Amino acid sequence: MTWSWDVFFNVIPLIFKGLWITLGLTIACYAFAMVFGFFWVFMSRIPWKPVNWLFRWLAEFIRSTPPLVQLFFIYYAWPSIPVIGVALNPFAAAILGLGLHFSTYTSEVYRSGIESVEKGQWEAATALNLSTKQKWLHIILPQAIPPTIPMLGNYLIIMFKEVPLASTIGVVAMLHIANDYGAQYYKFVEPLTVVALFFLLLSYPSALLIRKLEKKYNRRFDKRTATL
Amino acid sequence: MVAPIVQYKNVRKAFGDVEVLRGINLDITPGEKVALIGPSGSGKTTIIRLLMTLEEPSSGVIEVNGENLWQMKKGNKTFPADEKHLRAIRGDIGMVFQHFNLFPHMTILENCMLAPTIVKKKEKATVRATALEMLDKVGLADKVDLYPSQLSGGQKQRVAMARALMMKPKVMLFDEVTSALDPELVGEVLEVIRDLAKSGEMAMILVTHEMDFALDIADRVLFLNEGVIEEEGHPEEILVNPKSERLQEFLSRFTSSR
Repeated sequence: MTWSWDVFFNVIPLIFKGLWITLGLTIACYAFAMVFGFFWVFMSRIPWKPVNWLFRWLAEFIRSTPPLVQLFFIYYAWPSIPVIGVALNPFAAAILGLGLHFSTYTSEVYRSGIESVEKGQWEAATALNLSTKQKWLHIILPQAIPPTIPMLGNYLIIMFKEVPLASTIGVVAMLHIANDYGAQYYKFVEPLTVVALFFLLLSYPSALLIRKLEKKYNRRFDKRTATL
Repeated sequence: MVAPIVQYKNVRKAFGDVEVLRGINLDITPGEKVALIGPSGSGKTTIIRLLMTLEEPSSGVIEVNGENLWQMKKGNKTFPADEKHLRAIRGDIGMVFQHFNLFPHMTILENCMLAPTIVKKKEKATVRATALEMLDKVGLADKVDLYPSQLSGGQKQRVAMARALMMKPKVMLFDEVTSALDPELVGEVLEVIRDLAKSGEMAMILVTHEMDFALDIADRVLFLNEGVIEEEGHPEEILVNPKSERLQEFLSRFTSSR
């Protein structure tokens, strides 16, 4: 094969269009995972054992099965299940599938953050007569979440790189476009290189940004003495 | 005789197999200053933690202003207390902890302003003015915009007191508030408590190892041993003329270790 700069430059604008889909899908999946992560946390904190175990087991199940299998299941298998079956368009199926999968990761991150808050903080909040909701909003979450920002950020980047899985159920994003182009003109190297470059261009600055955020949040209070 | 503000009626508390409190009967009158002394593991801290609702008694009744803390009445039936019931009663109780438990993500001023603003829903400007006044009283007027991590232990504990006072409790609980402090910082904290005791209408229950201090400010001293109140009375008679052998032994161990 020969490397063609013409193909390379031709394919850039095509794939750039797909970039927006990839980005949009990443953000949508991530937002879903961030919000739904709290669902797992609160469900596993219900003091009633059966509910508690059911949701823990469910989260564990989702976490330990491949996201690709989940995507296929949601897109191809779910609609054919009687009564509860729903047919989703590829984009929605991808958000649900990847979002759900990653929500089991974010929930673990939240849980570790919440457990790192000292018992004394709960007690002080009780002594000041805060309601349960106020304790979470004003005392626990503001301390639990900032230290987890680097971990959450890493999952964002990992998710960004997992989003091409959605091309398998027909979401037309960067990878899909590159593949189609390749199939049409028998040129795979240039379009796939462009895809890789776009991923690199976005992942790396994001990693830097996350490092910056991490510093900013940690400056708000000194972690070493945070327990006092 | 004045009606007690707090009553313990045969209160017991077990953690697993370990019975920490074995039948506590105790009345606190409004404004009374009570010191709890006793060897570690005798249940002193558990007594006040029960009143702050940080622990639930295994049996017995705790009443605040004649209201059962852990049971509520609806019509003729009684139910276990829900959050609303607990919060209604808890409003009269405040607590200062051994390890301060300041909120590290808030400034000193924000620590003091939080509860009055969101729990009592008072106007922010008013709360701010009160908080500044309170922090001035504990000698921290120049630190209000700092974070807890920037303060010394003694300063943190004074903030914790100001924060608890902001809620205007009728009963204030002090859980070994000087035990986590460097020796040279104990004085400044005791000074604030002394001022509070001298000036306040507020009842105070202090778990303490500072015997001289207890002698100085308490109306009554309780000696706890193995989960029961072994001896109680005026500080002079407890600390100067102890009757029971255990108390004598406890006090002698105490003075010799100093």
